[in-house]
Amino acid sequence: MFSIRAHNLSKAYRIYHTATGDRQLHTYRTLREDIMWIAKTAVTRPSDFFQKRTSEMFYALRDVSFEIGQGEVVGIIGRNGAGKSTLLKVLSRITEPSGGSAEIRGRVGSLLEVGTGFSGELTGRENIYMNGSILGMRRKEIQRHFDEIVAFSEVEQFIDTPVKRYSSGMYMRLAFAVAAHLEPEILIVDEVLAVGDLAFQKKCLGKMDDVSKQGRTVLFVSHNMQTIRALCPRCILMKQGKVVLDGDTNTVIDIYNREVSQSDVDARTAITDSRLRRGSGEVRFSGIHVKDVAGNKPTFFEMGSTLRFELSYEVFAPVQGISATIVLKSGRSGEMVTSVKHVVTERRLAAGETGTFVIELPKANLRPGEYPLYFWLGKSTNHPYDVVDGLTAPLMIQTEKSADELSFDPSKPFGIFDIESYLKDEG
Amino acid sequence: MPASESILPAKSTITNDLPITTIKPSSGWAALNLREIWDYRDLLVTLATRDLKIRYKQTVLGVLWVILQQFVSVLIFAVIFGVFAQLPSDGLPHAVFINTGFLCWNLFNGVTSRVANSMLGNSNLISKVYFPRLLIPLAGVMSVLIDFVITAGVTAVFLFAFKIPLTLNILALPFFMLLTILIATGIGLVLATLNVQYRDFVYAMPFMLQVLFYASPIIFPSSMITDKLGTLFAENALASWFGFLFTLNPVVGLVEGFRWSLLGKSSLTPAMVISDIVFAIALFTLGAAVFRRFERRFVDVI
Repeated sequence: MFSIRAHNLSKAYRIYHTATGDRQLHTYRTLREDIMWIAKTAVTRPSDFFQKRTSEMFYALRDVSFEIGQGEVVGIIGRNGAGKSTLLKVLSRITEPSGGSAEIRGRVGSLLEVGTGFSGELTGRENIYMNGSILGMRRKEIQRHFDEIVAFSEVEQFIDTPVKRYSSGMYMRLAFAVAAHLEPEILIVDEVLAVGDLAFQKKCLGKMDDVSKQGRTVLFVSHNMQTIRALCPRCILMKQGKVVLDGDTNTVIDIYNREVSQSDVDARTAITDSRLRRGSGEVRFSGIHVKDVAGNKPTFFEMGSTLRFELSYEVFAPVQGISATIVLKSGRSGEMVTSVKHVVTERRLAAGETGTFVIELPKANLRPGEYPLYFWLGKSTNHPYDVVDGLTAPLMIQTEKSADELSFDPSKPFGIFDIESYLKDEG
Repeated sequence: MPASESILPAKSTITNDLPITTIKPSSGWAALNLREIWDYRDLLVTLATRDLKIRYKQTVLGVLWVILQQFVSVLIFAVIFGVFAQLPSDGLPHAVFINTGFLCWNLFNGVTSRVANSMLGNSNLISKVYFPRLLIPLAGVMSVLIDFVITAGVTAVFLFAFKIPLTLNILALPFFMLLTILIATGIGLVLATLNVQYRDFVYAMPFMLQVLFYASPIIFPSSMITDKLGTLFAENALASWFGFLFTLNPVVGLVEGFRWSLLGKSSLTPAMVISDIVFAIALFTLGAAVFRRFERRFVDVI
């Protein structure tokens, strides 16, 4: 019996061409601009009134079809901007699709981004009730689960404090507890677990497992491949708004990692799609390549081998000096493992200049695993020009894929770094 | 169903008679889904109480603030326009006359602006969870009604102080309140849609409401204008156009209706009542239709 059935689901956004020819994602307009446009067009090109304003469509989702059975736990993976979050938003009925249809059996509890529609001014208690009624529950039903939720979220002491005073971890814990305990038939969880500490992440994963054992359906988006492997037997890979692969998790993730490591940051898409990039934009990365000593781009690197980061940039507005930082994150927890920072140049750069530099990490003693990469380009002070966070393939250190890396086995090498150690005879 | 289900007791909570929701693009104008709003009535109450809590928690004076605002503005207007400018007041004490005008205007203004700003103010909620979007403005209306109860208390004090006896006319007050709420909600819903679509519209709205305030018989009786309508045209063409526009202002009938109900006399005419009934039906229908037409785009724009 199906739980979610999507049929050619599409979501398109209109991109308008502005008068200067720039493209902008259609967010909001101002009345002043529209009136000015009408006035200007009426005077200069009255014939334009009969044509539609030039625009093109940006497809966040395109003809997405799949069927998820009741009680299935399905992971959704893909690079930033692949349409994962849009898909979850459409299935949660937050935004309407522009084409296709989906059928949903039962109630949907969704936990999208951080916080699930909490109201900052309200206390934790009041927010639990509000979220319950959003799910269409009666007050009595919510009362039944109230203590469970509070206990799970570990915020007992603060339950009558407005949630705006919560730390992001507390906020997330309560949000997850509410979404998981109010017994929706379908639980949709976006990349949120990264906010909590490791212990709580484990607790959440355990709860999601329970939820699925009760016959409820779980849809889970994450960049964390280990978590997906541990939790979801089935996985859907999305790319540019389409489902490109749907099947056994280990197979899908292996193919994804291999494919993603071949591709680099594409200068064109990354610069036009501002949602994916942070920073002020005076200088942008135009190319990011991770190579070995021989200049090849292997899918997997050997442990202890040399890593060469070849980074290219393009200057869009004059700046004084560039510094670059590379951060290696843990594929398991998302925490930063280490970072390297270098001053690339201190001279003044003019708009239009481009350049390439190499940051080399000799003997990177990283244990086998996935290491998402974070690239930062900025002034020497804390002013980012460009941030490429998790958009490139994670760094893959050769591993004989162990399915359950969450468990700690002291008899085997464990952890992130391989460090030298000697046993010394005290006698 | 396969027999295997029975050996998994945990699955018993999930049955296949669960409602199936179909998600697909909607097109054109949609009708109000009153059934869905009824299903979500608990959320409506929660949202309304949240609105109130937030408002009264954040101000030091709380309820006292609403009372104080009403008293002070009535006093200022009564002194300036009654004592110094000596505007007519249909033979009533100025304080009572203006206070009743404010009672009606505050309800109208409160509902309009609360409804108009409700969507932007709750963008966090709208972009994170699904529920019928109309609940947000409706909750706003409910919380304004609580304010109304407080200002009605102030009005009772004024009536008592000036020894104005209540008449049977008061039975008509709920009717004029309903008209006020319907008209204000209708206008507010259209403005809410514009507010989401055009971010600079927020700045135009207070100004528009202020113009409407002075174009409504709150500090002066409508008879001051309507009585002269016949003779005006001969004297001053511009003034007569203003007079004509005045008769089209739906707030005129509402304010005069409030005065008629509470004070027993006013310049209310049957034409005003009829036109306001038409306004109420037309504006509320328009507002709800516009809102429903554009609500599906809110989250993409907000």
